[in-house]
Amino acid sequence: MLYREAGDFKTSYRSDQQTFPILFDRVAFAVAILAAFLVVPFAINDYWANAVFLPFLIYSIAAIGLNILTGYCGQVSLGSGGFMAVGAYACYKLMTAFPEMSIVVCILLSGGITAMVGIVFGLPSLRIKGFYLAVATLAAQFFLVWLFNKVPWFYNNSASGQINAPEREIFGYIVTGPNASPVTIYIFCLSFLVVLALLARNMTRGSTGRRWMAIRDMDIAAEIIGVNPLMAKLTAFGVSSFYVGIAGALLFSVYLGAVEVGEVFGIQKSFLVLFMIIIGGLGSMFGSFAGAAFMVLLPVLLKNIMVGQFGWATDIAAHFEFVIVGFLIIFFLIVEPHGLAMLWRIIKEKLRLWPFPH
Amino acid sequence: MNMKLKTLMMAGAMAVTMAGPVMADLVFPSLSYRTGPYAANGIPFADGYADYFTLLNERDGGIGGVPINVVECETGYNTEKGVECYESTKGMGSLVYQPLSTGITYQLIPKATADGIPIHSMGYGRTSAANGKVFSHVFNYPANYWNGASAVVNHLLEINGGNIKGKSLALVYHNSAYGKEPIRTLEELSKKHGFNLTLLPVDHPGQEQKSQWLQIRREKPDYVAMWGWGVMNPTAIQEAANIRFPMENFIGVWWSGSENDVRPVGAAANGYKALNMHNVGDDYPVYGDLKKYVYDAGKAAGAGDQMGTVLYNRGMYAAMLAAEAARNAQKISGKADITAADMRNGMEALEITEARMTELGMPNFGPSFKVSCENHGGPGLAAVQQWDASSGTWKLISDFKPTDTDVINALIQEDSAAYAAENNIAERC
Repeated sequence: MLYREAGDFKTSYRSDQQTFPILFDRVAFAVAILAAFLVVPFAINDYWANAVFLPFLIYSIAAIGLNILTGYCGQVSLGSGGFMAVGAYACYKLMTAFPEMSIVVCILLSGGITAMVGIVFGLPSLRIKGFYLAVATLAAQFFLVWLFNKVPWFYNNSASGQINAPEREIFGYIVTGPNASPVTIYIFCLSFLVVLALLARNMTRGSTGRRWMAIRDMDIAAEIIGVNPLMAKLTAFGVSSFYVGIAGALLFSVYLGAVEVGEVFGIQKSFLVLFMIIIGGLGSMFGSFAGAAFMVLLPVLLKNIMVGQFGWATDIAAHFEFVIVGFLIIFFLIVEPHGLAMLWRIIKEKLRLWPFPH
Repeated sequence: MNMKLKTLMMAGAMAVTMAGPVMADLVFPSLSYRTGPYAANGIPFADGYADYFTLLNERDGGIGGVPINVVECETGYNTEKGVECYESTKGMGSLVYQPLSTGITYQLIPKATADGIPIHSMGYGRTSAANGKVFSHVFNYPANYWNGASAVVNHLLEINGGNIKGKSLALVYHNSAYGKEPIRTLEELSKKHGFNLTLLPVDHPGQEQKSQWLQIRREKPDYVAMWGWGVMNPTAIQEAANIRFPMENFIGVWWSGSENDVRPVGAAANGYKALNMHNVGDDYPVYGDLKKYVYDAGKAAGAGDQMGTVLYNRGMYAAMLAAEAARNAQKISGKADITAADMRNGMEALEITEARMTELGMPNFGPSFKVSCENHGGPGLAAVQQWDASSGTWKLISDFKPTDTDVINALIQEDSAAYAAENNIAERC
């Protein structure tokens, strides 16, 4: 009913290949973007920014990053937490070493540095695949966390080993530190997400993305049709790490403000991002968003319902949260192993044919 | 399209938060952790904190006639959840935060300062916050980590007749901001007193310590100090027992000295020492009141099985100090319904005397002290306690003794000056 295709004709390849081929989708997307930029900022307060939107926006960037590597290029990675740490520490070093440099440049450069580190740790992917590669990237995770704990240069020799984001502003608006207003930091992270998501979407539709997908589907066949596996895999590692690094830099500088590497960027963070893309849907942009929302917002929602609404004891609520989230993960993966994105796609298909199922 | 889910979640969550808990008059949030690898130590503290306020509500009708509302929020010792808890509770008129985690404290120091809400990081958190000239809203009285480090060394000096030159001390610490805090001070003290210091980090959560204890077995240090928390403590004490390290030479900071840390090791833990900043046991008049108004009335927090344990006492002590500061704030501001800003003034002008403690039913429970604008860290007195496995009790084996404030104050000045320079903070007083 909503996804009506009748009357929605395509007369060129260009219009047939667009991201949202159905009019309703295009309108819905435009409305969502406009609402995100023009409506939410007026309704947002500290709690909504810091507990709901910022983590969602930042983890969406990380999920897109890992989805490029794992979902589109088929290289399983358990190193996301470590790469986020690289982004955070690069951002910290840049912010403190060059105080006059714009925060945007700092964050983009942190992404660039993470991309280089990612490429280095991606080199083994040329020889090993699947589980073996997962173990190699796991090594990256542990090595990087160990490194940032071990070498005092990374945290400017501070006594506690914590890194703290100094205050930085952009166009006169404070974006890091405690005095940043929720609206500013929300818009700041949202802009990063929108730009990066559009870039990722177009990359995965273009020749680069097709090379990645060819490698994912069957690397030998891809090589035979002329894809260079070295270039394809390393670009995937580079681009993916760039995204993950930016997520780490934003998580540190804008969201948390102070970070301790072992606690914030530990192995559980790698699993969290991996779960996001598995739940959301591998190889899907929408899946990255859906997965991030599922893993980040659901616990907050459950907590608010159980503690705020029903007045349950906090520990019982916390345990129930594990049970419910765990159950939902299993449920979704049984119902639809391709994740929330596939569920969404099926719903859309049904709606397009409604009311005639055949 | 991708925003759709978000708006849906938002609408759902909005409906939920709109109908939050009823606003009470004096709000004391409790960022507790009753789950995760640190739960064993988080539960008794949270119970003690809640029970003392329940007692005040039941017996006195709150503080100065205004009832108290303790809002608990589960952090699981996780900084991101801690931030979420802070944001969700700060709008309720929260008076003071006790994050009970060094990581969360570091997060909240700038945020709470900007929001004008005081933090009481009692014996943890950022040590240099003791300098009230720079940290206007952070208090860590009655003692901080650097006092703890010095108290360990002082105790070693005492049992060695004042000379520990050439002795060796190994520090087994949680590899995080918390565990790293005492290192600077111990390094300074090792220069001053001429002992050797070995650093042995243990990663979160702290169950894997085989290699560290292997190294201790090989190097045979004379003494081992520990900065551990949660599941790390019993593991370390068990490992020490396994390599037959003499327990009386093993001394933990105050966060490594509760019943939950030594009981799992059984008789082998006998003689293990730890620091403390308050007294142990339940032989105080306040427990009579607690029994009458709280336990017997069925209003005890949690499972109600933690009374009289070290960390329960610490939670109660924290609640007592917060309540006294609130009372002080009511006196200063002249109104019963105080704000966070009044609370901060009350904490800064807090004076705990022995007479007042006796009045509260806690005679000789902790040191008497006075907070001032310059000194938010209190006097830094620490006592040493020892575990007696046969009776299953901790006993204080020393008084609350002063620590090497010359060394510590210089370090506090240095670190807080660096923080002030980084964040453009002008000294207040």
